[in-house]
Order: sequence, then C-alpha cells, then structure tokens
Amino acid sequence: MTELALPLGFLDAFRGAFDFIFHQRDAVTGGGVQVGGPAEVLHLTWTQLYVSGLALAGALAVALPVGLVLGHRGKGELLAVGLGNAGRAIPELAVVAFLAAFIGIGLRNVTIALIILGIPPILTNTFVAVRQVDSNAVEAAAGMGMGEAGVIARVELPLAAPTIMTGVRTAAINIVATATIASIVGVPTLGKLILGRDTYGDDGVLAGAIMVALLALGVELALAAVQRLLTPRGLALQRAGVGA
Amino acid sequence: MLTLAAKAPLLVAAANGCAPGLPANFCHQHSETSCVARNGFFCAGWAFDNFDRYTGPFFKHLWIVVISVAVGFTLALALAMLSHRHRWLIPPLTGVTGILYTVPSLAFFFLLLPITGFGTDTAVIALSAYTLQIIYRNILAGLANVPPEAKDAGRGMGMTERELLWRVELPLAVPELFAGLRIATVSTVAIATLAFFAGAGGLGDPLYKDITFKTNVILAGGLAILMAVTLDALLLGLQRLVTPWRRVRPA
Repeated sequence: MTELALPLGFLDAFRGAFDFIFHQRDAVTGGGVQVGGPAEVLHLTWTQLYVSGLALAGALAVALPVGLVLGHRGKGELLAVGLGNAGRAIPELAVVAFLAAFIGIGLRNVTIALIILGIPPILTNTFVAVRQVDSNAVEAAAGMGMGEAGVIARVELPLAAPTIMTGVRTAAINIVATATIASIVGVPTLGKLILGRDTYGDDGVLAGAIMVALLALGVELALAAVQRLLTPRGLALQRAGVGA
Repeated sequence: MLTLAAKAPLLVAAANGCAPGLPANFCHQHSETSCVARNGFFCAGWAFDNFDRYTGPFFKHLWIVVISVAVGFTLALALAMLSHRHRWLIPPLTGVTGILYTVPSLAFFFLLLPITGFGTDTAVIALSAYTLQIIYRNILAGLANVPPEAKDAGRGMGMTERELLWRVELPLAVPELFAGLRIATVSTVAIATLAFFAGAGGLGDPLYKDITFKTNVILAGGLAILMAVTLDALLLGLQRLVTPWRRVRPA
C-alpha cells in the first residue's frame, strides 16, 4: 500500500459494521442461517467479558498473596521480577496455539491459560510495590504492636494498592486481548466475528474489532476508576505535592 | 531419533532437505513420518527437514519488529521532548497513547484494514502505535529523574535550554529510555505474531496454519521467544555501550 484510500470509502465499511451490530442478517454461507444483531454480538461480548473476568480474578487470587508475602519478606526478587519480564516475551498466539496442540480446547483450559498469563504483571507489581512502601510506616505499625499479618494487610497492602492496580490493568489488557484469539480454541468470544470472515463477512469482522476495542477500553476505564478509589487519601495528597 | 541427530553434525547441513552422501533410507527414516503422524512432542527430524519453512517468516517478523519499534521510538522521543518543554501536553498525550496501548492488537489490525488496506503498512502502524505509550512514559520518567544539580551545573556552564536537553538531560535519561525500548521491543516481537492477520506475514503465519501440530507450535513459538530474548540482550549491550559513565562506580 503506497496510497491511503482516504477518500471516505472506509466510512461505508464502518456503516456496514454498525449495521451488523444492530440488525440480524443472512450469513455469507447462506442456508437460512441468521448472524449478527444485538443478541449474538452481546452474547459474544458477554462470553469474552466473563472469561476475562474469571481469569483476572483467578490471577489476582494467586499473584496477590504470593507477591505480598514475597515483597514483605524481601525474598524471591529474581522470581517475581524475572517472571514479569518473561511473561512479556510470550506471544498471545503462542499461548493459544500451545492450548490447541498440547492441552486441549474449551472454556476450562482457556481460563487456566489466561490465569497463568495474568499472573506475571500482578506478581511483579505487587512485589515491587510492597518493597517501595515507606519503611517508616512499616516500623511505626510494628511499634504500635501490629503483627506480620496486620502490617501486610493494613499498612503495606493499602500503600501498595495503586502500583498493584497498574499491574492488574496490564494483566487485564493482556487477558482481554488473548481472550479474543481464544475463539480459535472453542470459546465463542468476539474473536469469532473477527476471524470468521467466511460466515460473517467483512461487516462482521469489523463489527467484532469495534466491539473488542470498546470492551477493552471499558475494562481499562473501570479498572482506572478502581485504582483511584483504592489510592489512600494520604498517598494521593503526597503525590499531588501537598504535605510530604 | 534425537540421539541420532545429536551425533550427526551432518544433519545441520541437511537442514534444507536430504544431504548428498547419506544412506538412501536415511532421509525417509529422518523425516520421522511416524512421529508426525502421531503428533509427537517434538519431531526433531521433521524440524531439521522443514526448517526452511520458518526462515522467511522469521526474517519478515524481525523486519516488522525493527521498523515498528524504530517508528514508535522516533515518534515517542519527539512527543516526550515536546511535552518536556510544554508540560500541559502530558495528560492528553498520556491519554491518547494509553488508548492506543489498550486496544487489543488483533482488533487494531482489523479496524485499520478498511483505511490502510491489507499489508505490512497496517501491521507497522498498529504495532508502532502500541509501543508509543511504553517508550513515551519511560522517556518522561527518565527526564524527570535527572538530578537538579546536573541541570544547574549545565546552566552554570552557560548552556541554553536546547543544549541542556541534548547534552545533559537526555544522556542522563538513557537508562529509563532503554528500559522502555526493551519492554517495547519484547512486547512487539510477541504481538507481531498476529501481524499476518493484517497481511504482513511473520512467524504467526506458520504458527496459525498448523496450530495443532506440536512440533510446529514449539518451533514457531520458540523462534519468536528466541528473537525477543536476543533483541533484549542486544539492547542491553547497546545501553552499556552508550552509557560508559555508568560502569564507573564511585568509590
């Protein structure tokens, strides 16, 4: 492509895609099969959101406690940080291909793979965040008679929350992106539209891409709001330059 | 089969098929049709015989990554330097690059297709857009971490703001800049496996074509990971080379 096909032809493509989202139509393959429309599009969106949410919750359940304890004790830096770096190098498509070739397809396997994919960024950020907690705050808490569990839960966790949430957002982005491709291995996500040109046509492909983009941005906005909620007031003031 | 392969260095020469001078039945044996038929864990013989299927996609993959990171880096550096001087640009630019980072690359490719068409351009646009946020944020962080004393010293030596940026601030921001570059490069290698959906080829092409064949998945996926690790090490070496002062530890 040397010249951009700018003369507004692409607007028709987007018009077609929105038509696909809002109105049911005959499949390209024919045979009286109906595709598209709000029911199917929303069903695929919901499946993708459901799988992604499940995987994110699973990743949090594993990575958060491990990261908190490792960070609190200052042990396993190599594991926690190395895992985060290694996680970035693994292609989304390779994860899905690994499932297809070695593990098997279906909702359960995909969810487990997505959980594993979500662990590294959360673990790394939790570890780093806990290490960066002001040691004066930790000592003050210990001086007030808090035990190890109390220090972790009531001092380190709240102060580390914003950085942990940055890791959660990264994990969510990776999980939603990979869940899109998971349609290849038998989980009907929006990727089914994107990779199903033979059935859904160009309009369906573009409709899928639009929905995936909206879904990802929605998840990101929601998690950014959670991050703001979880940022302790004192920390927010300190960062804004008040006090400190 | 694996032990045989390990003992015969000739096999390396035979990577593109059957080397002359080998016993007639060796090629047949070596192709390991039975391993392929039962989809064994890793059919080394098949891998040797068919390695040439991966060289083209490998170099195309590398090309896409290098171009995308180069474009992304140039843009991000320009944007970071601009917003270093005009601070009000930071929130909107962080927002826009954040949106580009959030949209899954597969969706990004297909959103661009009607506008930029099927081909390498579309993949490069999407991939370089993806690297923007990582590099931009890191350069800004690096510029923010420059010690005020260093800047004061520069000003005291009579440097203009421009000289200060190029000769004091940017060199001192190199570690963060490289950290961003490395993250962006490694991520781009991984995401570029999807570039073939946009018509750009790369290692995703053979990977997707035979997605249930274990040897293929290990080879294509392994080559992508190998590329990421190698490029990361190269960038780390380059960073050491351009920041010689960091190797001198103050006593």
